[in-house]
Amino acid sequence: MKPQTLIIQAHGTNRDYDVAEALTLAGAEAHPVPLNDLRAGKKHFADYQMLVVAGGFSYADSLGAGKLLALDLNSYFNEEISTFVASGKPVIGICNGFQALVKSGILPGESPSPAGRGVRGEGATLTFNQQGHFECRWVTLKPTSQRCIWTKGLENIIECPIAHGEGNFQSSQLPITNYLSLDQIALTYAYADGSPANGEYPINPNGSILDIAGICNPQGNVLGLMPHPENHIHPYQHPQWTRGVKGNSGLVLFENGVKYAKDFA
Amino acid sequence: MPIHKFLVRTKNHDPREAGWLADAHALGFQQLKRVECQDLYFIESQLSQEGLQRLALELLTDPVTQFAAWTELPAPPTPPEPDSVILEVSLRPGVTDPVAAEIVRAAHEIGLNGVHRAATGQRFILHFDPSVSKSDSIRLSASQSATLAAALAAALLANNVIQHWKIGSIEPSFPEEVESSGQVENIAIRNLSDDQLLALSKNRRAALDLAEMQAIRDYCQKENRDLTDIEFETIAQTWSEHCVHKTFKAFITVDSEQSTVDGKTANHQPTTINSIIKTYLKSATDKINAPWVRSAFVDNAGIIDFDDEFEVSFKVETHNHPSAIEPFGGANTGVGGVIRDILGVSAKPIANTDVLCFGKQNIRFDELPESVLHPKRIMSGVVAGVQDYGNKIGIPTVNGAILFDEGYAANPLVFCGCVGIAPKGLHRKNPQVGDRVIVLGGRTGRDGLRGATFSSMTMDAQTGEVAGASVQIGDPIVEKGLIDVITRARDLRLYNDITDCGAGGLSSAVGEMASKLGADVELKKVKLKYPGLAPWEIWLSEAQERMVLAVSPENIPALQELCNTFDTELTDIGEFTGKHRLIVRYNGNPVVDMDNEFLHEGIPQRQLKAIIDNSIIDERISNIDTKQTLLSLLSHPNIASKSSVIRLYDHEIQGGTVVKPLTGVKADAPSDATVIKPFGTKGMKGIVLSNGINPEYGKRDAYHMAFAVIDEAIRNAVAVGADPERIAILDNFCWGDPKRPETLGSLVEAARGCHDAALLFRTPFISGKDSLNNEYLGTDGQRHAIPPTLLISALGMMDDITKAVTMDLKEAGNALYLVGDFAPVFGGSHFDTTIDETVPQVSEIAPQVYKALHNAINAGLIRSAHDLSEGGLAVAAAEMCIGGRLGLDITPLLTTRDLFGETTGCLLVEVSPANIARFDEIFKDLPFKKLGQVIADPVLKLGETTITVEDLTTAFNTPI
Repeated sequence: MKPQTLIIQAHGTNRDYDVAEALTLAGAEAHPVPLNDLRAGKKHFADYQMLVVAGGFSYADSLGAGKLLALDLNSYFNEEISTFVASGKPVIGICNGFQALVKSGILPGESPSPAGRGVRGEGATLTFNQQGHFECRWVTLKPTSQRCIWTKGLENIIECPIAHGEGNFQSSQLPITNYLSLDQIALTYAYADGSPANGEYPINPNGSILDIAGICNPQGNVLGLMPHPENHIHPYQHPQWTRGVKGNSGLVLFENGVKYAKDFA
Repeated sequence: MPIHKFLVRTKNHDPREAGWLADAHALGFQQLKRVECQDLYFIESQLSQEGLQRLALELLTDPVTQFAAWTELPAPPTPPEPDSVILEVSLRPGVTDPVAAEIVRAAHEIGLNGVHRAATGQRFILHFDPSVSKSDSIRLSASQSATLAAALAAALLANNVIQHWKIGSIEPSFPEEVESSGQVENIAIRNLSDDQLLALSKNRRAALDLAEMQAIRDYCQKENRDLTDIEFETIAQTWSEHCVHKTFKAFITVDSEQSTVDGKTANHQPTTINSIIKTYLKSATDKINAPWVRSAFVDNAGIIDFDDEFEVSFKVETHNHPSAIEPFGGANTGVGGVIRDILGVSAKPIANTDVLCFGKQNIRFDELPESVLHPKRIMSGVVAGVQDYGNKIGIPTVNGAILFDEGYAANPLVFCGCVGIAPKGLHRKNPQVGDRVIVLGGRTGRDGLRGATFSSMTMDAQTGEVAGASVQIGDPIVEKGLIDVITRARDLRLYNDITDCGAGGLSSAVGEMASKLGADVELKKVKLKYPGLAPWEIWLSEAQERMVLAVSPENIPALQELCNTFDTELTDIGEFTGKHRLIVRYNGNPVVDMDNEFLHEGIPQRQLKAIIDNSIIDERISNIDTKQTLLSLLSHPNIASKSSVIRLYDHEIQGGTVVKPLTGVKADAPSDATVIKPFGTKGMKGIVLSNGINPEYGKRDAYHMAFAVIDEAIRNAVAVGADPERIAILDNFCWGDPKRPETLGSLVEAARGCHDAALLFRTPFISGKDSLNNEYLGTDGQRHAIPPTLLISALGMMDDITKAVTMDLKEAGNALYLVGDFAPVFGGSHFDTTIDETVPQVSEIAPQVYKALHNAINAGLIRSAHDLSEGGLAVAAAEMCIGGRLGLDITPLLTTRDLFGETTGCLLVEVSPANIARFDEIFKDLPFKKLGQVIADPVLKLGETTITVEDLTTAFNTPI
């Protein structure tokens, strides 16, 4: 059976249908659901095997990107999401979704607790790009975590665009050590040959510490990332397809998630 | 209720600070050493200290990167420090402040119910460096610093139109709580003399001329009554240039000046024109009669077939006057407005385009007319406004252009376009008697009052102040809700008619929609942002993000449910009556009661005079250094890379951007056009977006300019793979004051060029718009007018997007050909705009060349293609080298004219050796010429001259 995927549509989510297409191609059944329908109890988290917090500008980035959506997640769905995460079902937050997961404390999470949720993370945030402005360009990602179910087993780089102004992952020193020791750094910005960006702009497009593009929770089932793998699922989306270049698609990430979600179907 | 002021600052450095500093330096404020930038929030609440602390930590700050401090107002004065000044900025009351609204909502969400109102602002701490000041003292005195800070506030940090600023601590700007006002003023008009009529038009900034005022007086005499203020304002909006295009519908007497070398052209100039639209634009579309055009000139946007299932729509609007006085808000709402035009044809927006024209960026303040914002500031504000709206609403911004000319210094041009897609057969324009008049979306405030008439006037130094209310600030997330609701309501067939609230607000939207049936509307029901609006203000407000729908009563509950799901407000304000009168009430009392026919048909046709200047030309060519000339052309602001702007726009969202605005190995070369595969469509069909614009040609010869820009738009589309027989175009005319016969003469000539070019290419117009009076009257009495500017936007189709071609060179060993009727000239060229020659003229065989090229592309014979435009053949070749990071060896001896003269109708194309025979066969009866070949060595060889691709790239990426 195809895993049922819940894509949360918040006020200002705008890459909901992009990710729905990627998940459909990857073998899931994608269901974009307005946040208000979840609040009204018309739809239930428990009915899905995968959860997606999609990209966009929820609440127009007021008071910081993802901040007010994070507030919604914590105010309205604290229990549902905690249960979802604790059950080990795959969760992915992309761009604005990543920002919301970080600002709600779901990512990076601290240590696995019985509730499955990290303690509210004061250690990490996504802040303004080092360049000081929004930027849309293609980047190369290196999958690095074997703990993260989304990147596990991926050996090739992934090429896809970024489109954000607040994607600069920053964290204090201590949690960084934890992320490393717990293999939480899922994706990093890299050169085409996979060598690290080492903070070099625009290979690392936003100044993120340790070139972090995506990070998972200590359990490995929740991934957040700034770039948009959902916008590289067809060959004709690659910037150099007219030169005959066959790019490395972002679909592999979603296929990994779907494969894993099938266990819960 | 107490008000607390929260100050939020970053712990390390705020990346915004570098941006402000760079902008200040670019404007000449070298004494500024550093800017600190902090956010201000004013919270009116009954919160305890603990509540205030929660508000600060949970809502107002990012605890990882920011600190907050707060104090109750009035704040204690901050002691002045030498060399540094605190400057605070906040919005004027009534200006849309989405963040403030979110603070109140979110505070309640986390249980802080004591929060009543919020307002936002910014604090700048300006540090000055005395060493570069002219002052003799070691440190700047407080007053010297304050003077500098005030100058910075005016030039960069605040805009008086929408903001207050203060040195030291600013107070919040909540709108005053005032009683609702039902006041209606009567305007005695029946017995006014002609002079008094004109005075009335001027005092109310109605922009109506004597004939129009007389028509109103006649109507009043006929109905034996006077007008209410709201009736008068309704007429002024409905009859504004912006809404009815009276110049384009005018009866024009043409006087051709006799001196001409181009007898053929002069012979075709008519002596009278009864409506430019009918004579030149609609008539071209009618004559071409393309079966795939579904709607031209009647709806909010032009519509053509996509495939059996879908139709695509396209509209381009201008938002010039608002962008001149408040660049961010003006451009922001320009984008929002054109997106609503697409919603107005029941389509889902899938792509935005933006063409921007600015004054030269290096102009000195003292060269600018008084009260005009610096072009640099206008550009950064406009670009930020476009970026903000398009990115947040989730529509890719994929095509555009940026041009610079001193003529745009006081009057920037902001063309915003939007493309939509919709299933066929679901858009309805058929309100029924008994349908409710439904307003969806944002609330109504004083924003944008009299915008339609404002944009129909010449601006002067007072414009910013007087028209302050004309500036709207957008809220893209509210409009996103409208997209979600309307596309679903369309599929469920919940409405019978729909239009957007644009210029003229409800008066235009409801007025237009009720023009057949009539309507009865209650203004008390309109939801307001704040109380106190007079009835005419509610009716005329141009508050953003509103749509008006005709909905039958039984469909209201279903529409309401959709609105609840997507956080969109629905308001029922009245009924379509079938009584053929427009009745508007306030508290039940009619404040407008007018005959529909008078309102919509009563405007007298304008009688205008045009003089066409056919000046004599001669020619002159100089000897030049090819390398230096090419490099400096590549750095010319009009030609150089626009990547720093393009990358601020999300051009990838919706996943369909198949040929992107930037292309090539390093994604830094300019694409000729964009190819989009619309989301949700089957098969491999795609749409192509391109544009043509050339004010330099417009200054010299409006007729051939129009021809050239239509050719350019089509050629760009064909270069990436569009079918030349399936291209539709849109016109946007931006001109000066049409009451001056010379100005109108060039407008008429451009329109005639549009007509003739459309027929030559068999390319129909599907929509158009004009923005006139783009002039600024300086306090010294000098008029600053824009150059005649025609934007042609093209919407093309291609059957198979995988056949698309980009302009970057692909492979060493391939041959490079020049195709088309090559006739380079220097008139209006970027090589030297002062050379007195004709502008390029379009060859009759251009359509056949494009057809052949399309066949070659479809047969897979073309590896790259690039059009020859500004800067000529040499620039086109250089850009192809940059795209592929490959070299070109161009062997024939090319003259200066060949290299840098400008021509229409030509492209450079790359063909692999294996395909040359087939390529030759396709082009055998058309002009084409082999120019050389692609080489692995990254150098461009032009005869004796050799330039490295690295030098080309550097020049291209370094605009002067």
